[in-house]
Amino acid sequence: MRHTLVAAVADKPGVLNRMVSLFRRRRYNIESLAVGHSETPGISRMTFVVEGDDRVIEQVKKQLEKLVDVIEVRDVTGEPAVVRELALIRVRATAEQRGEVVQLAELYRGKVVDVDHDSLMVEVTGTEEKVNHLITLLEPFGIEEIVRTGPVAMVRGARPKEFRINVLK
Amino acid sequence: MKRTGAEILWECLVAEGVEVVFGIPGGAVVHIIDALPRYPIRFVLMRHEQGAAHAADGYARATGKVGVCLATSGPGAANLVTGIATAFMDSVPMVAITGQVPTSVVGTDAFQETDITGITLPITKHNFLVTEVEELAPVLKEAFYLARTGRPGPVLVDVAKDVQAAEAGFSYPEEAELPGYTPHRDLDPETVERVAQLLNAAERPLIIAGHGVLLSGGHAELVGLAERGGIPVTTTLLGIGAIPGTHPLCLGMAGMHGTLQANRAIQTCDLLLAIGMRFDDRVIGDPKAFAPNATIVHVDIDPAEIGKNVVPDLAIVADAREFLAALLPLVEPRERREWLAEIAAWRRESGWESPLEESGKLLPQYVIHEIWRATEGRAIVVSDVGQNQMWEAQYYLHELPGSLITSGGLGTMGFALPAAIGARIGRPDLPVWVVAGDGGIQMTIQELATVVQEGLPLKIAVIDNGYLGMVRQWQELFFDRNYCATCLRNPDFAKIAEAYGIRGLAVERRDGVREAVREAMETDGPVLIDFRVEPEENVFPMVAPGKPLSQMFLPQRKEVR
Repeated sequence: MRHTLVAAVADKPGVLNRMVSLFRRRRYNIESLAVGHSETPGISRMTFVVEGDDRVIEQVKKQLEKLVDVIEVRDVTGEPAVVRELALIRVRATAEQRGEVVQLAELYRGKVVDVDHDSLMVEVTGTEEKVNHLITLLEPFGIEEIVRTGPVAMVRGARPKEFRINVLK
Repeated sequence: MKRTGAEILWECLVAEGVEVVFGIPGGAVVHIIDALPRYPIRFVLMRHEQGAAHAADGYARATGKVGVCLATSGPGAANLVTGIATAFMDSVPMVAITGQVPTSVVGTDAFQETDITGITLPITKHNFLVTEVEELAPVLKEAFYLARTGRPGPVLVDVAKDVQAAEAGFSYPEEAELPGYTPHRDLDPETVERVAQLLNAAERPLIIAGHGVLLSGGHAELVGLAERGGIPVTTTLLGIGAIPGTHPLCLGMAGMHGTLQANRAIQTCDLLLAIGMRFDDRVIGDPKAFAPNATIVHVDIDPAEIGKNVVPDLAIVADAREFLAALLPLVEPRERREWLAEIAAWRRESGWESPLEESGKLLPQYVIHEIWRATEGRAIVVSDVGQNQMWEAQYYLHELPGSLITSGGLGTMGFALPAAIGARIGRPDLPVWVVAGDGGIQMTIQELATVVQEGLPLKIAVIDNGYLGMVRQWQELFFDRNYCATCLRNPDFAKIAEAYGIRGLAVERRDGVREAVREAMETDGPVLIDFRVEPEENVFPMVAPGKPLSQMFLPQRKEVR
């Protein structure tokens, strides 16, 4: 089963390397990874999607937490979380086909962000399923390039107390 | 007053109570070495950086303090790797300090540059690259704190050469600033109560004690618990000494080369209390058939060990000593005569004594047992890896906690001699014996020079069977005696010892053992004894890899199920 984990980590050189090295050496199957600054200076927040049974995921979580630079790890899979990813899709479209592509993108609340003679770039945000679905619909036109961020996740409602980060000096 | 980075480094070590550093100088630590004579720290000059790391490891295991080793950049740092990995696998508190090329050339493949923080990422608890002199003191504070707290382990601090020469003000931080690090968790009294209930209700309880019991200093509590509850105790290799080897409740080591009574007890017990151990594959055999009748309770300080190899019925993340101290008063005094009688019968069946009996051969088990007899089980024994290590574990009954020092997890041949140097420097009050095979001793034999230079009266027993014996044993048992690449044509070890300035003896017959051991003990300085033992003697009992612990070969290959 796929699990979505959210981690708060110190924003220091080499932290990503430590985490990825851990996944490699313990042979955990990482499907996606998104990293960026958090609300707290000096802390980054990462969202991982990992494939594995409950025992493997439990190990992933504990092994990550063992890293000194990892402050907290939370499995948000079973929780009411908002999970979104962003995709950029370059799709072939002649002048006549453009309207159809724009329409499809709009149905998915996507938008066209670049236009060339025979292609369009579509930006779409949503769940992985939604992004996958739009890609399927665009395939008949001919897809030239796809870039996906991998999901980022945040639990709905008030921020859980145990997930608040002490501010680093 | 401003100090150089090199001075700050030594100030930090002094503030941490470091008394001895094992190492080798080099171009990228030359400032550090230059400042050394101004500080009250003993520097032990080793002959190879691997030896420096093992010596720091042996020192740490013998004293409970953080062991410190020092090496230069590039090859010096890379040579530490085996020693750091050894300490990591066995949870030994260590700080390894390496020099790095100047910050201005880091990343340019400069002379003697290697990415040692990258290399040691998976074999350190944490590591640091220091590129600003102001970072040095806080980093060292964190390094020592990380090394000795929680589940101990090695921490590497890589210090760029320009940092060593740069100047800064010095104040040693009082606390380490590590928001992502939680070394200690409070015991949950309800869970301890639940363990006590399980123990009190059990008819055939068994404790398996690991290195964590010794690292936490919980051996007295362990023995107290065992005696109060009438609970037999088996140990892992690194748990040996947590209960005295001659204690009636001590069943000896469990696992692949464990005793018959220990392995049978595991397979028969109705409650298994595993403390400070991690269910290593050499301990559990076939994980599916491990302790099939038992409720398993797992106590370990590292949450990631819970459920990793064996899924317990009840788990507690705790310091072993704290847990044992809390559990002890809740356990009802019991004698459990029937259970202990059952175990005693297995002990009689085990055939443990048979290799000690006169057979006309010089058997390695007898050699170990004679060393045990002569030292009354109260020496520190530093064993190497392979057959010698298993015979030591089986036939030297350790009376003192922490008196067996050996590479358990990584199984590093060449560990014993340099680790014994560290052990003896840390514990000059105890006799220190090295037990090593003819293969392993040659992997770090150059440290005999360090033994002499430091004036250490080590007693070195080479269990010389002319083979890489454990591999030969596997070839005999599982590969149709295909003795490929395991036969060693050896030098005369006694002469090698003499060349280094160490008394060298050789023993070829059983009746020479007692006299040679006595002579070694009566000699003031170091002695090496080459015991030319029976070449094809095997380590038994043995559980074949992946088999259940109930299926064992006893001495003379007698099979039991």
